[in-house]
Amino acid sequence: MTEVPLMEAIRLTKHYRIGGFFGGTLHAVDEFDLTLHEGEIVAVVGESGSGKSTVARLFAMATQPTSGEIRFHGRSLKGIRSRRDLLAYRGQVPMVFQDPFSSLNPVHTVGYALDRGLKLHRPSLSRAEREAEAARALEAVGLSPAQETMAKYPHEMSGGQRQRVGFAQALSYHPKLVLADEPVSMLDVSIRIGVLNLMVRLCEEEGLSFLYITHDIASARYIAHRVIVMYAGTMVESGPTEEVLHHPVHPYTRLLLSAVPDPRAPITVGAADIGEPPRVIDPEPGCRFRWRCPLAIAKCAQITPALQPTSPGHQAACHVTVSASAAA
Amino acid sequence: MFGAAPDDPILDVVNASVTYATSGGEVRAVDDVTFHLGRGEFLGIVGESGCGKSTLLFAIAQLLSPPAQLIEGKVLFKGRNLVGLTDRVLSAVRWRDFSVVMQSAMNALNPVKTIAAQFEDVMRAHGHHEHAEIRTRSHEVLALVSIDAVHLKSFPHQLSGGMRQRVMIAMALLLSPELIMMDEPTSALDVVAQRSLMVQVKELQHRLGFAVIFVTHDMSLIGNFSDHLAVMYAGKFVELGPTRQIFALPRHPYTQGLIESFPSIHGPKVRLTGIPGAPPSLVEPPSGCRFHPRCLAAMPRCATVEPALYDVDGDRVRCLIYETAGVPHD
Repeated sequence: MTEVPLMEAIRLTKHYRIGGFFGGTLHAVDEFDLTLHEGEIVAVVGESGSGKSTVARLFAMATQPTSGEIRFHGRSLKGIRSRRDLLAYRGQVPMVFQDPFSSLNPVHTVGYALDRGLKLHRPSLSRAEREAEAARALEAVGLSPAQETMAKYPHEMSGGQRQRVGFAQALSYHPKLVLADEPVSMLDVSIRIGVLNLMVRLCEEEGLSFLYITHDIASARYIAHRVIVMYAGTMVESGPTEEVLHHPVHPYTRLLLSAVPDPRAPITVGAADIGEPPRVIDPEPGCRFRWRCPLAIAKCAQITPALQPTSPGHQAACHVTVSASAAA
Repeated sequence: MFGAAPDDPILDVVNASVTYATSGGEVRAVDDVTFHLGRGEFLGIVGESGCGKSTLLFAIAQLLSPPAQLIEGKVLFKGRNLVGLTDRVLSAVRWRDFSVVMQSAMNALNPVKTIAAQFEDVMRAHGHHEHAEIRTRSHEVLALVSIDAVHLKSFPHQLSGGMRQRVMIAMALLLSPELIMMDEPTSALDVVAQRSLMVQVKELQHRLGFAVIFVTHDMSLIGNFSDHLAVMYAGKFVELGPTRQIFALPRHPYTQGLIESFPSIHGPKVRLTGIPGAPPSLVEPPSGCRFHPRCLAAMPRCATVEPALYDVDGDRVRCLIYETAGVPHD
């Protein structure tokens, strides 16, 4: 593809110094690469501590990368210096948060929250335009009648409705890409699907792109075109969703898929792997999954595997399985 | 058989109702719940937040504190009614006859005591003062949950989330109770740790023969593990029966909706609809069937007539659709 991608990450890395003078360096994200086009939903899947939320925070410019670069419409985010540019960028790439109970101010109405966001991110609009824009966004996420919703306080709404307000806020800025960090994990089971369907509809009808951060690979499959699997701060596999799900290459992806509860399928994973998280403070070279990996060989402890293509658009970082699947 | 009293029940809950006194009025969080649990049986109770599933568990364990109150009903543990027993009598019964594993191990464990010290507290409180006995038993139960005995010297914060939950389960096993109640013990865990914990609980249950009541919001999680399933909505059991049967043929529209709310990972990719609306407030529950405002199969009568639990081929379903086909049970 020759068109300029909407969003690109190149060897994006974020390290945190922890524990003072004698502490170490926590590798939250190491060399994360991403190309995201308009109208695409990409899911980043991983367990807690895998670095998936740090990726979202880096894209939101809530934190600065240690090294590497993010490009939006081909232009590096390093060029954004003024507050005005930053607000404009965040209007184009807003974030929807995990917890709809704490992301809205309880003492203000929904209308106020939307209005305030618009004042910040689209300062050129008049009061009447802002109100019209807020109403349009609320209708688009299914919170109609909009006038009634705007007069409500967060406590008067259910979790699902509040999360829709979060999406309406993002939508009112006319964004290009929405960073959705676990937007459904705090919601009741019966209303999760409604919010996921909303994301699909916004993608299909408004051409909106999503970076969907989740621990739930089943919901990633439900909405995402492509999926990136993260483990201990590194990408271990990425590719078209159905391809990754039906032909997982990395042993961690395979473990993850076998552990997903599916009442219609028999149990396939034993209690052998108890899901212990890995060390990411001053990690030594080598694959970070090797301690849990049933296929690990000597090389895995010495050389960090790089992402390598296994089939078109599909890549994985594993010394053992990648060469095997390429040979097959 | 479930529902009908088994020959040798370990627990009978009969017409239990729990209310919370709130400023907005009395809230009936658990409404007339009846079930029977046989020895070594695994019962899953599923429902969404606020449906009363945790309150029910607390009511069985006699752990309710004001403003919550068990206003009606009996909780018979091996035939003996636990309701109204004094705290002193109850504290002898808890841990020894039944134990409870809470949702958040970090809050349930004492952060300033080692695991060994906390195990010792439980043993001593129940009359086991022998040092060697406490040591041996502590080692035994940790081995049961595959944790190395060196962690007896650890403090809770030194363990991962999965290990803390395992420690909680080990503690629940200390006095070999016949019933273990678990309140969402896996909801804070990652999917691999969650699956491994479930497999382990199931193995222990097979080996040691205790009964389990497992409360969760995640219907897909319990499908492979429980013998029987109770689906709870707005304080009431709306469907109960053998787990496999309910998954194969869910009868209540709410159960059907819940099963349809989980995107499949292995099967064909289909568009799901979930359930419209949101769970009701229990301050003013809907009239008639409490699910009718969200129900796709609702009839005009559903708004006025409260359905009973109907017997349909070994399933019990609280839905007027089965009024003529089924036999009323209560």
